[in-house]
Amino acid sequence: MGADIPLVDYLVLGDDPHLEANECVACGARFFDRRNACASCGAINSDGSGFKRVELPATGELTAFTIVSFAAPGIDVPFVAGVVDCGGTSVRANIVNVSPDPEHVATGMQVSFTTFGIGEDSEGTEAIGFGYEPVDEELRITEDATEKAEANS
Amino acid sequence: MSDVAEASSSAGATSQTGAASDQMWIVGIHMTKFGKRPDDDVVDLASEAALGALADAGMTVKDVGVLAAGNLMYAAHGVGQMLQKQIGQTGIPVYNVVNACATGATALRTAIMSVRSGEADVGLAVGVEKIAGAGLLSGGSRASDSPTWEASGRFGAVAPIDGRIGTEIMPGVFAQIGMEYGHRYGGADFELFARISEKNHGNSVLNPLAAYSKAMSLEQIMGDVMIAYPNTRPMCSANCDGAAAAVVVNGATLKKLTTEQQRRAVKISASVLTTDPWEEACQILPNVNTLTKNAAATAYEAAGVGPQDLDLVELHDCFATAELVHYDNLGLCSEGGAVDFFESGAPFRDGSMPVNVSGGLESKGHPIAATGIANIWEVATHMRGEAGDRQIEGAKVGLAHVIGLGSACGIHILERAA
Ligand SMILES: [Zn+2]
Repeated sequence: MGADIPLVDYLVLGDDPHLEANECVACGARFFDRRNACASCGAINSDGSGFKRVELPATGELTAFTIVSFAAPGIDVPFVAGVVDCGGTSVRANIVNVSPDPEHVATGMQVSFTTFGIGEDSEGTEAIGFGYEPVDEELRITEDATEKAEANS
Repeated sequence: MSDVAEASSSAGATSQTGAASDQMWIVGIHMTKFGKRPDDDVVDLASEAALGALADAGMTVKDVGVLAAGNLMYAAHGVGQMLQKQIGQTGIPVYNVVNACATGATALRTAIMSVRSGEADVGLAVGVEKIAGAGLLSGGSRASDSPTWEASGRFGAVAPIDGRIGTEIMPGVFAQIGMEYGHRYGGADFELFARISEKNHGNSVLNPLAAYSKAMSLEQIMGDVMIAYPNTRPMCSANCDGAAAAVVVNGATLKKLTTEQQRRAVKISASVLTTDPWEEACQILPNVNTLTKNAAATAYEAAGVGPQDLDLVELHDCFATAELVHYDNLGLCSEGGAVDFFESGAPFRDGSMPVNVSGGLESKGHPIAATGIANIWEVATHMRGEAGDRQIEGAKVGLAHVIGLGSACGIHILERAA
């Protein structure tokens, strides 16, 4: 069995999985991708010192979402895609462990960070993805509940 | 002192439009039938539009001094030169342009800038696309297909992130843009977005060039296949084939044309292109708002008109959810007032500010690079009083808007000649 690997490099695994943004030292703008310079203020990042890694809070507010019915092979549909405002930093993510319908998902809902396996490669390394699930336990579907529902059906 | 101030402020205005002495005009314009055109290739469509626009202008290809050709799908092939090889290799400069869904507007603006700069007296802009039957268009972030996880790309992704970290499909991106507006200001729900689509499909009945000229009931729209909530299939722009072209001239050239040509000329009061300035979240969910607001402000200032002066607007309803936010972005309503604006009936064809009387991209169709000239054709045709059954009576001023995700916004304001 291999070790785990994060789906993207801004997902930090370990005991306390979380996201880290690249924050511009000069202006505070935050990004998730590798930076050549800052798109907000233009500060150059030639030696890597122009940005610092900052940890994002584990909870946030859903500010926009859609429920996607068509996707590439390997992606289960329907799924909820959205934008989560994590203490002033917006994050793109799927909203998981929730029934993917407009009766159970709404903008303004509080969500919290979670991780899950998305598959193993040929060497047994598991890739770990992330998403956000409802804070409200009444809206949250746990794996146990899903299994129970399937067993009952 | 005041002379200096005036000179510098007018210099600012001329940067996107031109002073009265080099006012730019559309003297010929044409849009092909949009839809499935299986027997026509991309050059057939471009030729039809270009020759149509030249005939409308009373000119031939020999009069043209510069060609700007917009196309997305064959961008690497030089569609401008492919077109020349059919309709006339006259040796003039050709600019092949690509700017996502703003490609057509960018081609037009390129021809305008070239003529304004003095490079040519007559410019031809063409936008053409052949995408009937294309599936969902997405941003397409992909990682390698290696048998072991291997980080690649700017996010160090070990697997494709589209669908795993949000969505990149266009119906989903624009769904979120509409939902975000609703979150901020309230009142926008599935039914409201569907009613916007109902309006546009209703308008398409009067447009014989639309890909789909069929009214749809609210029940049909809401009950159709859900693509990305709240956008069902009829709430998405239709991928189709089509082309549009325009002939532009400067004021000096216009004066040499016949009275009839001058009478039908349409004044280009503003031609503006913007990109999205950096804001928090803009690289998470594309922000189509600020660059449209910026373009609108520049265009209104350059044209010396305000939203209240507009007789009709063709805006980029690539999805029903997008139309709502652009009511606000173009200043057609007060900030946050887009839902009330729609509820008031203003954007209906018999309302105070008709929007997308062509049927919009949801029914007229969206052959990407053609769209940014086709919407100019729609507005220009109303300015000329030649829009037939769907003519907005007495239309004097109109605005055409496109957004290319990534992002680019093109706005043109047109005015009747006299
Ligand atoms: Zn910065």
